Amino acid sequence: MIRVELPPHLRTLAHVGKEVQVEVVGPVTQRSVLDAIEARYPMLQGTIRDHVTQVRRPFLRFFVCGEDWSHESPDAPMPEAIVSGSQPVLIVGAIAGG
Amino acid sequence: MSGVRVLVGTRKGAFLLTSDGKREKWDVSGPHFAGWEIYHLKGSPADPNRLFASQCSGWFGQVIQRSDDGGKTWTQPGTPPGEPTTGPGGMPQGESNKFVYDTSADTGKPLTTHQFYDGSQHPWEFKRVWHLEPSHGDPNTVYAGVEDAALFRSTDGGKSWHELSGLRGHGTGPKWQPGAGGMCLHTIAIDPANPNRIYIAISAAGAFRTDDGGKTWKPINKGLYSKYLPDPTAEVGHCVHHVAFHPSRPNTLFMQKHWDVMRSDDAGDTWHEVSGNLPTDFGFVIDVHAHEPETVYVVPIKSDGEHFPLDGKLSVYRSRKGGNEWEALTKGLPQRDCYVNVLRDAMAVDSLDKCGVYFGTTGGQVYASADAGDSWSPIVRDLPAVLSVEVQTLP
Repeated sequence: MIRVELPPHLRTLAHVGKEVQVEVVGPVTQRSVLDAIEARYPMLQGTIRDHVTQVRRPFLRFFVCGEDWSHESPDAPMPEAIVSGSQPVLIVGAIAGG
Repeated sequence: MSGVRVLVGTRKGAFLLTSDGKREKWDVSGPHFAGWEIYHLKGSPADPNRLFASQCSGWFGQVIQRSDDGGKTWTQPGTPPGEPTTGPGGMPQGESNKFVYDTSADTGKPLTTHQFYDGSQHPWEFKRVWHLEPSHGDPNTVYAGVEDAALFRSTDGGKSWHELSGLRGHGTGPKWQPGAGGMCLHTIAIDPANPNRIYIAISAAGAFRTDDGGKTWKPINKGLYSKYLPDPTAEVGHCVHHVAFHPSRPNTLFMQKHWDVMRSDDAGDTWHEVSGNLPTDFGFVIDVHAHEPETVYVVPIKSDGEHFPLDGKLSVYRSRKGGNEWEALTKGLPQRDCYVNVLRDAMAVDSLDKCGVYFGTTGGQVYASADAGDSWSPIVRDLPAVLSVEVQTLP
Protein backbone atom coordinates (compact mmCIF):
# COMPACT_ATOMS: atom_id res chain seq x y z
CA MET A 1 0.00 0.00 0.00
CA ILE A 2 1.15 3.51 -0.78
CA ARG A 3 0.91 5.98 2.08
CA VAL A 4 -0.13 9.57 1.30
CA GLU A 5 -0.28 12.46 3.73
CA LEU A 6 -2.92 15.05 2.86
CA PRO A 7 -3.13 18.73 3.85
CA PRO A 8 -5.75 19.51 6.53
CA HIS A 9 -8.49 20.95 4.27
CA LEU A 10 -8.39 17.91 2.01
CA ARG A 11 -8.66 15.60 5.04
CA THR A 12 -11.87 17.43 5.93
CA LEU A 13 -13.23 17.11 2.41
CA ALA A 14 -12.44 13.40 2.19
CA HIS A 15 -13.50 12.66 5.79
CA VAL A 16 -10.15 11.03 6.55
CA GLY A 17 -7.25 11.46 8.94
CA LYS A 18 -3.79 12.82 8.29
CA GLU A 19 -2.69 9.85 6.20
CA VAL A 20 -4.49 7.61 3.72
CA GLN A 21 -3.33 4.40 2.08
CA VAL A 22 -4.10 3.42 -1.49
CA GLU A 23 -3.28 0.46 -3.64
CA VAL A 24 -1.45 1.23 -6.88
CA VAL A 25 -1.42 -1.25 -9.72
CA GLY A 26 1.69 -1.07 -11.88
CA PRO A 27 4.53 1.44 -11.58
CA VAL A 28 4.30 3.77 -8.59
CA THR A 29 4.48 7.31 -9.96
CA GLN A 30 2.94 10.69 -9.11
CA ARG A 31 0.31 10.04 -11.75
CA SER A 32 -0.60 6.53 -10.59
CA VAL A 33 -0.68 7.58 -6.94
CA LEU A 34 -2.95 10.56 -7.68
CA ASP A 35 -5.14 8.39 -9.93
CA ALA A 36 -5.55 5.98 -7.04
CA ILE A 37 -6.27 8.78 -4.57
CA GLU A 38 -8.93 10.30 -6.84
CA ALA A 39 -10.51 6.92 -7.57
CA ARG A 40 -10.79 6.14 -3.87
CA TYR A 41 -11.77 9.68 -2.88
CA PRO A 42 -13.58 11.24 -5.86
CA MET A 43 -14.37 14.33 -3.83
CA LEU A 44 -10.69 15.20 -4.17
CA GLN A 45 -10.82 15.32 -7.96
CA GLY A 46 -9.82 18.76 -9.10
CA THR A 47 -8.46 19.78 -5.70
CA ILE A 48 -4.88 18.49 -6.19
CA ARG A 49 -4.55 18.75 -9.97
CA ASP A 50 -6.72 20.26 -12.66
CA HIS A 51 -9.65 18.14 -13.82
CA VAL A 52 -8.75 18.43 -17.47
CA THR A 53 -5.05 19.21 -17.79
CA GLN A 54 -4.04 17.05 -14.80
CA VAL A 55 -1.52 19.78 -13.91
CA ARG A 56 -0.67 20.22 -10.21
CA ARG A 57 -2.52 23.12 -8.64
CA PRO A 58 0.02 25.93 -8.19
CA PHE A 59 -0.16 26.25 -4.40
CA LEU A 60 0.40 22.54 -3.76
CA ARG A 61 3.73 20.72 -3.65
CA PHE A 62 4.65 17.03 -3.62
CA PHE A 63 7.44 15.80 -1.34
CA VAL A 64 9.00 12.35 -1.62
CA CYS A 65 11.66 11.08 0.77
CA GLY A 66 12.63 14.60 1.79
CA GLU A 67 12.84 15.93 -1.75
CA ASP A 68 10.54 18.27 -3.66
CA TRP A 69 9.07 16.23 -6.49
CA SER A 70 6.66 18.93 -7.67
CA HIS A 71 8.54 19.45 -10.91
CA GLU A 72 9.41 15.82 -11.56
CA SER A 73 7.77 14.05 -14.46
CA PRO A 74 4.40 12.68 -13.34
CA ASP A 75 5.51 9.32 -14.74
CA ALA A 76 8.88 9.14 -12.94
CA PRO A 77 9.12 5.99 -10.78
CA MET A 78 9.07 6.75 -7.06
CA PRO A 79 11.75 5.44 -4.68
CA GLU A 80 11.54 2.05 -3.02
CA ALA A 81 10.76 3.64 0.34
CA ILE A 82 7.48 4.88 -1.14
CA VAL A 83 6.73 1.67 -3.00
CA SER A 84 7.30 -0.40 0.12
CA GLY A 85 5.20 1.92 2.25
CA SER A 86 8.00 2.75 4.70
CA GLN A 87 7.65 6.46 3.82
CA PRO A 88 4.57 8.49 2.84
CA VAL A 89 4.15 10.81 -0.14
CA LEU A 90 3.52 14.29 1.25
CA ILE A 91 1.00 16.61 -0.43
CA VAL A 92 1.63 20.01 1.10
CA GLY A 93 -0.24 23.30 0.79
CA ALA A 94 1.84 26.43 0.36
CA ILE A 95 2.34 28.59 3.42
CA ALA A 96 0.65 31.58 1.82
CA GLY A 97 -2.52 33.60 1.75
CA GLY A 98 -4.44 35.80 4.15
CA MET B 1 -44.66 31.57 13.16
CA SER B 2 -42.77 32.36 10.01
CA GLY B 3 -39.08 33.09 10.11
CA VAL B 4 -36.04 33.90 8.06
CA ARG B 5 -32.71 32.27 7.35
CA VAL B 6 -29.93 34.52 6.12
CA LEU B 7 -27.19 32.73 4.20
CA VAL B 8 -23.86 34.53 4.43
CA GLY B 9 -20.80 33.67 2.34
CA THR B 10 -17.49 35.05 3.59
CA ARG B 11 -13.79 34.91 2.82
CA LYS B 12 -13.33 32.24 5.49
CA GLY B 13 -16.51 30.19 5.61
CA ALA B 14 -20.31 30.27 5.53
CA PHE B 15 -22.63 31.42 8.28
CA LEU B 16 -26.37 30.87 8.70
CA LEU B 17 -28.31 33.47 10.67
CA THR B 18 -31.85 32.51 11.69
CA SER B 19 -34.65 34.35 13.40
CA ASP B 20 -38.39 34.27 13.82
CA GLY B 21 -40.66 36.67 11.98
CA LYS B 22 -39.92 39.49 14.39
CA ARG B 23 -36.30 39.48 13.25
CA GLU B 24 -35.02 40.74 16.58
CA LYS B 25 -33.14 37.79 18.07
CA TRP B 26 -30.77 35.80 15.91
CA ASP B 27 -29.06 32.44 16.10
CA VAL B 28 -25.71 32.22 14.35
CA SER B 29 -24.45 28.94 12.93
CA GLY B 30 -20.97 28.57 11.50
CA PRO B 31 -18.40 28.77 10.24
CA HIS B 32 -19.31 26.05 7.79
CA PHE B 33 -16.39 25.08 5.51
CA ALA B 34 -14.07 26.98 7.83
CA GLY B 35 -11.10 28.53 6.12
CA TRP B 36 -12.55 28.35 2.60
CA GLU B 37 -13.90 31.18 0.50
CA ILE B 38 -17.66 30.88 0.15
CA TYR B 39 -18.54 33.07 -2.78
CA HIS B 40 -22.24 32.29 -2.65
CA LEU B 41 -24.87 30.04 -1.17
CA LYS B 42 -28.55 29.98 -1.97
CA GLY B 43 -31.66 27.94 -1.19
CA SER B 44 -33.97 26.28 -3.67
CA PRO B 45 -37.35 28.01 -3.96
CA ALA B 46 -38.84 24.58 -4.69
CA ASP B 47 -37.40 23.01 -1.53
CA PRO B 48 -36.20 25.51 1.07
CA ASN B 49 -34.23 22.83 2.92
CA ARG B 50 -32.05 22.34 -0.12
CA LEU B 51 -29.13 24.75 -0.14
CA PHE B 52 -26.26 24.96 -2.58
CA ALA B 53 -22.88 26.47 -1.70
CA SER B 54 -19.84 27.44 -3.76
CA GLN B 55 -16.71 26.62 -1.77
CA CYS B 56 -13.31 27.47 -3.20
CA SER B 57 -9.72 28.24 -2.32
CA GLY B 58 -6.56 29.30 -4.04
CA TRP B 59 -4.98 26.03 -2.94
CA PHE B 60 -7.60 23.43 -3.75
CA GLY B 61 -9.88 24.99 -6.36
CA GLN B 62 -13.64 24.65 -6.59
CA VAL B 63 -15.98 22.47 -4.54
CA ILE B 64 -19.77 22.42 -4.69
CA GLN B 65 -21.62 21.58 -1.48
CA ARG B 66 -25.29 20.80 -0.95
CA SER B 67 -27.45 20.57 2.14
CA ASP B 68 -30.83 18.85 2.18
CA ASP B 69 -31.69 19.78 5.76
CA GLY B 70 -31.52 23.55 5.75
CA GLY B 71 -27.80 23.78 6.39
CA LYS B 72 -27.42 21.40 9.34
CA THR B 73 -25.36 18.94 7.31
CA TRP B 74 -23.59 19.28 3.98
CA THR B 75 -22.25 16.95 1.37
CA GLN B 76 -20.64 17.16 -2.04
CA PRO B 77 -23.52 16.13 -4.27
CA GLY B 78 -21.63 13.33 -6.02
CA THR B 79 -20.52 11.58 -2.90
CA PRO B 80 -23.14 11.52 -0.16
CA PRO B 81 -22.05 10.04 3.17
CA GLY B 82 -22.61 6.33 3.45
CA GLU B 83 -22.72 5.74 -0.29
CA PRO B 84 -19.88 4.06 -2.16
CA THR B 85 -17.62 6.62 -3.73
CA THR B 86 -17.23 4.68 -6.94
CA GLY B 87 -19.80 3.14 -9.25
CA PRO B 88 -20.01 -0.48 -10.43
CA GLY B 89 -17.39 0.07 -13.11
CA GLY B 90 -14.98 1.55 -10.61
CA MET B 91 -15.55 5.04 -11.97
CA PRO B 92 -16.06 7.93 -9.59
CA GLN B 93 -19.73 8.62 -9.05
CA GLY B 94 -19.54 12.33 -8.51
CA GLU B 95 -18.24 15.06 -10.72
CA SER B 96 -19.70 17.83 -8.65
CA ASN B 97 -16.49 19.85 -8.74
CA LYS B 98 -15.99 19.49 -12.45
CA PHE B 99 -16.62 22.55 -14.62
CA VAL B 100 -15.26 21.95 -18.09
CA TYR B 101 -15.86 24.42 -20.89
CA ASP B 102 -17.36 23.18 -24.12
CA THR B 103 -15.18 23.09 -27.18
CA SER B 104 -16.13 23.72 -30.78
CA ALA B 105 -18.16 20.81 -32.13
CA ASP B 106 -16.51 21.34 -35.53
CA THR B 107 -12.85 21.60 -34.58
CA GLY B 108 -12.59 20.32 -31.02
CA LYS B 109 -10.68 23.50 -30.20
CA PRO B 110 -11.66 26.12 -27.62
CA LEU B 111 -14.98 27.73 -28.46
CA THR B 112 -13.68 31.28 -28.32
CA THR B 113 -11.15 33.57 -26.69
CA HIS B 114 -11.54 36.78 -24.71
CA GLN B 115 -9.60 39.99 -24.49
CA PHE B 116 -6.90 39.93 -21.81
CA TYR B 117 -5.55 42.81 -19.74
CA ASP B 118 -2.81 43.47 -22.29
CA GLY B 119 -5.24 43.53 -25.19
CA SER B 120 -4.26 40.11 -26.51
CA GLN B 121 -6.72 37.26 -26.98
CA HIS B 122 -6.67 34.72 -24.15
CA PRO B 123 -8.25 31.28 -23.74
CA TRP B 124 -10.91 30.68 -21.11
CA GLU B 125 -9.57 29.22 -17.85
CA PHE B 126 -11.89 28.08 -15.07
CA LYS B 127 -11.28 29.81 -11.73
CA ARG B 128 -14.35 29.53 -9.48
CA VAL B 129 -18.13 29.67 -9.14
CA TRP B 130 -19.36 33.14 -8.23
CA HIS B 131 -23.10 32.56 -8.10
CA LEU B 132 -25.47 29.61 -7.76
CA GLU B 133 -29.07 30.13 -8.85
CA PRO B 134 -31.51 27.30 -8.11
CA SER B 135 -34.47 26.80 -10.43
CA HIS B 136 -37.81 28.11 -9.21
CA GLY B 137 -39.63 24.84 -9.85
CA ASP B 138 -37.16 21.96 -9.75
CA PRO B 139 -34.93 21.38 -6.71
CA ASN B 140 -32.50 19.33 -8.82
CA THR B 141 -31.86 22.10 -11.33
CA VAL B 142 -29.37 24.80 -10.46
CA TYR B 143 -27.33 27.25 -12.53
CA ALA B 144 -23.75 28.29 -11.83
CA GLY B 145 -22.13 31.53 -12.96
CA VAL B 146 -18.39 31.08 -13.13
CA GLU B 147 -15.08 32.86 -13.70
CA ASP B 148 -13.85 32.91 -16.49
CA ALA B 149 -17.34 33.95 -17.46
CA ALA B 150 -19.68 31.16 -18.48
CA LEU B 151 -22.96 29.65 -17.40
CA PHE B 152 -23.26 26.03 -16.30
CA ARG B 153 -26.35 24.02 -15.36
CA SER B 154 -26.87 20.91 -13.26
CA THR B 155 -30.09 18.95 -13.51
CA ASP B 156 -29.10 16.28 -10.99
CA GLY B 157 -28.84 18.27 -7.81
CA GLY B 158 -25.31 19.50 -8.42
CA LYS B 159 -23.68 16.15 -9.18
CA SER B 160 -22.66 17.03 -12.72
CA TRP B 161 -22.41 20.31 -14.61
CA HIS B 162 -22.73 21.17 -18.27
CA GLU B 163 -22.03 24.47 -19.94
CA LEU B 164 -24.76 26.41 -21.72
CA SER B 165 -22.22 27.35 -24.32
CA GLY B 166 -24.55 29.30 -26.55
CA LEU B 167 -23.66 32.22 -24.30
CA ARG B 168 -19.90 32.13 -24.92
CA GLY B 169 -20.37 30.95 -28.47
CA HIS B 170 -22.73 33.59 -29.79
CA GLY B 171 -19.91 35.70 -31.18
CA THR B 172 -19.02 38.56 -28.86
CA GLY B 173 -16.61 36.55 -26.64
CA PRO B 174 -13.44 38.10 -28.10
CA LYS B 175 -14.65 41.49 -26.84
CA TRP B 176 -15.25 40.38 -23.25
CA GLN B 177 -12.54 41.30 -20.79
CA PRO B 178 -11.80 40.80 -17.10
CA GLY B 179 -12.48 43.55 -14.60
CA ALA B 180 -10.32 44.02 -11.53
CA GLY B 181 -12.11 41.10 -9.86
CA GLY B 182 -11.67 38.78 -12.80
CA MET B 183 -13.98 37.99 -15.72
CA CYS B 184 -16.93 36.67 -13.81
CA LEU B 185 -20.53 35.76 -14.51
CA HIS B 186 -22.01 37.04 -11.27
CA THR B 187 -25.74 37.59 -11.85
CA ILE B 188 -28.30 34.97 -12.85
CA ALA B 189 -31.96 36.03 -12.74
CA ILE B 190 -34.63 33.59 -13.89
CA ASP B 191 -38.12 34.82 -14.83
CA PRO B 192 -40.31 33.00 -12.28
CA ALA B 193 -43.22 32.80 -14.74
CA ASN B 194 -41.13 31.75 -17.72
CA PRO B 195 -38.08 29.60 -16.91
CA ASN B 196 -36.93 29.86 -20.53
CA ARG B 197 -36.16 33.54 -19.95
CA ILE B 198 -32.94 34.06 -18.02
CA TYR B 199 -30.87 37.21 -17.56
CA ILE B 200 -27.17 37.04 -16.75
CA ALA B 201 -24.51 39.67 -16.26
CA ILE B 202 -20.75 39.58 -16.67
CA SER B 203 -17.92 41.88 -15.59
CA ALA B 204 -16.80 43.15 -17.98
CA ALA B 205 -19.01 42.20 -20.87
CA GLY B 206 -22.50 43.35 -19.91
CA ALA B 207 -25.95 41.85 -19.60
CA PHE B 208 -27.34 39.06 -21.76
CA ARG B 209 -30.73 37.36 -22.13
CA THR B 210 -31.95 34.02 -23.34
CA ASP B 211 -35.59 33.33 -24.25
CA ASP B 212 -35.15 29.66 -25.03
CA GLY B 213 -33.81 28.21 -21.79
CA GLY B 214 -30.16 28.97 -22.48
CA LYS B 215 -29.66 27.72 -26.04
CA THR B 216 -29.27 31.15 -27.61
CA TRP B 217 -28.31 34.48 -26.08
CA LYS B 218 -28.14 38.10 -27.05
CA PRO B 219 -26.43 41.09 -25.47
CA ILE B 220 -28.89 43.55 -23.89
CA ASN B 221 -26.78 46.65 -23.34
CA LYS B 222 -28.40 49.38 -25.45
CA GLY B 223 -28.45 52.59 -23.48
CA LEU B 224 -25.45 51.76 -21.32
CA TYR B 225 -22.66 54.34 -21.50
CA SER B 226 -19.20 53.41 -20.22
CA LYS B 227 -16.71 56.21 -20.67
CA TYR B 228 -13.73 53.90 -20.11
CA LEU B 229 -14.51 51.97 -23.33
CA PRO B 230 -13.10 53.06 -26.70
CA ASP B 231 -16.71 53.02 -27.86
CA PRO B 232 -18.70 54.05 -24.77
CA THR B 233 -21.93 52.64 -26.22
CA ALA B 234 -20.43 49.36 -27.44
CA GLU B 235 -22.64 46.29 -27.73
CA VAL B 236 -20.49 44.49 -25.11
CA GLY B 237 -17.64 45.36 -22.76
CA HIS B 238 -19.62 47.13 -20.03
CA CYS B 239 -18.81 46.42 -16.40
CA VAL B 240 -22.24 45.55 -15.06
CA HIS B 241 -22.06 44.98 -11.31
CA HIS B 242 -25.51 43.56 -10.56
CA VAL B 243 -29.04 43.27 -11.97
CA ALA B 244 -32.30 42.74 -10.06
CA PHE B 245 -36.02 42.64 -10.75
CA HIS B 246 -39.26 42.21 -8.84
CA PRO B 247 -40.74 38.72 -9.37
CA SER B 248 -44.07 40.19 -10.48
CA ARG B 249 -42.40 42.41 -13.10
CA PRO B 250 -39.60 40.43 -14.70
CA ASN B 251 -39.46 42.80 -17.65
CA THR B 252 -38.49 45.73 -15.44
CA LEU B 253 -34.80 45.44 -14.62
CA PHE B 254 -32.64 47.55 -12.34
CA MET B 255 -28.88 47.59 -12.82
CA GLN B 256 -25.97 48.88 -10.77
CA LYS B 257 -23.24 49.41 -13.31
CA HIS B 258 -19.60 50.25 -12.55
CA TRP B 259 -20.86 53.82 -12.67
CA ASP B 260 -24.58 54.59 -13.19
CA VAL B 261 -27.78 53.07 -11.88
CA MET B 262 -29.89 51.98 -14.85
CA ARG B 263 -33.43 50.81 -15.53
CA SER B 264 -35.05 48.87 -18.35
CA ASP B 265 -38.78 48.37 -18.87
CA ASP B 266 -38.49 46.11 -21.89
CA ALA B 267 -36.58 43.09 -20.56
CA GLY B 268 -33.24 44.75 -21.16
CA ASP B 269 -33.75 45.71 -24.80
CA THR B 270 -33.14 49.34 -23.85
CA TRP B 271 -31.86 51.02 -20.68
CA HIS B 272 -32.01 54.52 -19.26
CA GLU B 273 -30.19 56.05 -16.33
CA VAL B 274 -32.02 56.53 -13.02
CA SER B 275 -29.11 57.63 -10.82
CA GLY B 276 -30.94 60.93 -10.20
CA ASN B 277 -29.93 62.56 -6.94
CA LEU B 278 -27.62 59.79 -5.67
CA PRO B 279 -24.47 61.33 -4.13
CA THR B 280 -22.40 58.90 -6.23
CA ASP B 281 -23.73 56.38 -8.69
CA PHE B 282 -20.84 53.96 -8.28
CA GLY B 283 -21.69 50.83 -6.30
CA PHE B 284 -22.10 47.10 -6.43
CA VAL B 285 -25.44 45.93 -4.97
CA ILE B 286 -28.96 46.66 -6.11
CA ASP B 287 -32.19 45.01 -5.00
CA VAL B 288 -35.96 45.48 -5.14
CA HIS B 289 -38.49 45.54 -2.28
CA ALA B 290 -40.42 42.26 -1.96
CA HIS B 291 -43.86 43.88 -2.16
CA GLU B 292 -43.28 47.20 -3.92
CA PRO B 293 -41.91 46.74 -7.45
CA GLU B 294 -40.94 50.41 -7.71
CA THR B 295 -38.97 50.47 -4.46
CA VAL B 296 -35.27 49.94 -5.12
CA TYR B 297 -32.20 49.85 -2.87
CA VAL B 298 -28.53 50.64 -3.59
CA VAL B 299 -25.46 51.32 -1.46
CA PRO B 300 -23.50 54.16 -3.05
CA ILE B 301 -19.72 53.72 -2.96
CA LYS B 302 -17.40 56.67 -3.40
CA SER B 303 -15.65 55.68 -6.63
CA ASP B 304 -13.96 52.91 -8.54
CA GLY B 305 -10.68 53.99 -6.98
CA GLU B 306 -12.04 54.28 -3.43
CA HIS B 307 -14.31 51.36 -2.60
CA PHE B 308 -15.93 52.72 0.55
CA PRO B 309 -18.86 54.97 1.48
CA LEU B 310 -18.68 58.72 1.03
CA ASP B 311 -17.22 60.57 4.01
CA GLY B 312 -17.06 57.39 6.11
CA LYS B 313 -20.87 57.31 6.41
CA LEU B 314 -22.53 54.01 5.53
CA SER B 315 -25.85 54.69 3.83
CA VAL B 316 -28.40 52.65 1.96
CA TYR B 317 -30.33 54.69 -0.59
CA ARG B 318 -33.95 53.87 -1.39
CA SER B 319 -36.09 55.05 -4.26
CA ARG B 320 -39.83 54.52 -4.00
CA LYS B 321 -40.33 55.71 -7.57
CA GLY B 322 -38.26 53.21 -9.49
CA GLY B 323 -35.19 55.43 -9.49
CA ASN B 324 -34.16 59.07 -9.97
CA GLU B 325 -35.47 60.22 -6.57
CA TRP B 326 -33.47 58.62 -3.78
CA GLU B 327 -33.51 59.02 0.01
CA ALA B 328 -30.66 58.15 2.36
CA LEU B 329 -31.40 55.49 4.99
CA THR B 330 -28.91 55.88 7.82
CA LYS B 331 -30.69 55.07 11.08
CA GLY B 332 -28.61 52.45 12.86
CA LEU B 333 -25.77 52.53 10.33
CA PRO B 334 -22.34 53.93 11.22
CA GLN B 335 -22.11 57.60 10.28
CA ARG B 336 -18.43 58.17 10.92
CA ASP B 337 -15.16 56.38 10.25
CA CYS B 338 -16.78 53.61 8.21
CA TYR B 339 -14.69 52.45 5.25
CA VAL B 340 -16.15 49.09 4.31
CA ASN B 341 -17.43 47.94 0.93
CA VAL B 342 -20.66 46.12 0.09
CA LEU B 343 -20.00 43.59 -2.67
CA ARG B 344 -22.33 42.83 -5.55
CA ASP B 345 -24.07 39.73 -4.19
CA ALA B 346 -24.23 40.95 -0.60
CA MET B 347 -27.79 42.33 -0.41
CA ALA B 348 -31.10 40.47 -0.21
CA VAL B 349 -34.71 40.98 0.84
CA ASP B 350 -37.17 38.73 2.66
CA SER B 351 -40.87 38.60 1.82
CA LEU B 352 -42.32 39.17 5.27
CA ASP B 353 -44.51 42.14 6.01
CA LYS B 354 -42.76 44.57 6.47
CA CYS B 355 -40.12 43.65 3.96
CA GLY B 356 -36.77 42.82 5.54
CA VAL B 357 -33.59 44.07 3.88
CA TYR B 358 -30.13 42.64 4.58
CA PHE B 359 -26.62 43.44 3.49
CA GLY B 360 -23.10 42.40 4.42
CA THR B 361 -19.85 44.34 4.40
CA THR B 362 -16.21 43.62 3.77
CA GLY B 363 -15.73 44.54 7.44
CA GLY B 364 -17.71 41.47 8.49
CA GLN B 365 -20.94 43.13 9.55
CA VAL B 366 -24.35 41.88 8.42
CA TYR B 367 -26.98 44.58 8.84
CA ALA B 368 -30.71 43.88 8.88
CA SER B 369 -33.74 46.10 8.60
CA ALA B 370 -37.14 44.69 9.55
CA ASP B 371 -38.91 47.83 8.33
CA ALA B 372 -37.97 48.07 4.67
CA GLY B 373 -34.84 50.08 5.37
CA ASP B 374 -36.16 52.73 7.75
CA SER B 375 -33.88 51.47 10.52
CA TRP B 376 -30.98 49.05 10.72
CA SER B 377 -29.15 46.97 13.26
CA PRO B 378 -26.23 44.57 12.95
CA ILE B 379 -27.00 40.85 13.28
CA VAL B 380 -23.27 40.13 13.54
CA ARG B 381 -20.33 42.50 13.59
CA ASP B 382 -17.14 40.53 13.29
CA LEU B 383 -17.39 37.91 10.57
CA PRO B 384 -14.72 37.58 7.89
CA ALA B 385 -15.27 39.84 4.88
CA VAL B 386 -18.77 39.17 3.54
CA LEU B 387 -18.93 38.08 -0.10
CA SER B 388 -22.64 37.29 -0.41
CA VAL B 389 -25.94 37.51 1.44
CA GLU B 390 -29.12 35.65 0.55
CA VAL B 391 -32.26 35.25 2.62
CA GLN B 392 -34.95 32.60 2.78
CA THR B 393 -38.40 33.40 4.13
CA LEU B 394 -39.52 30.27 5.95
CA PRO B 395 -43.10 29.16 6.68
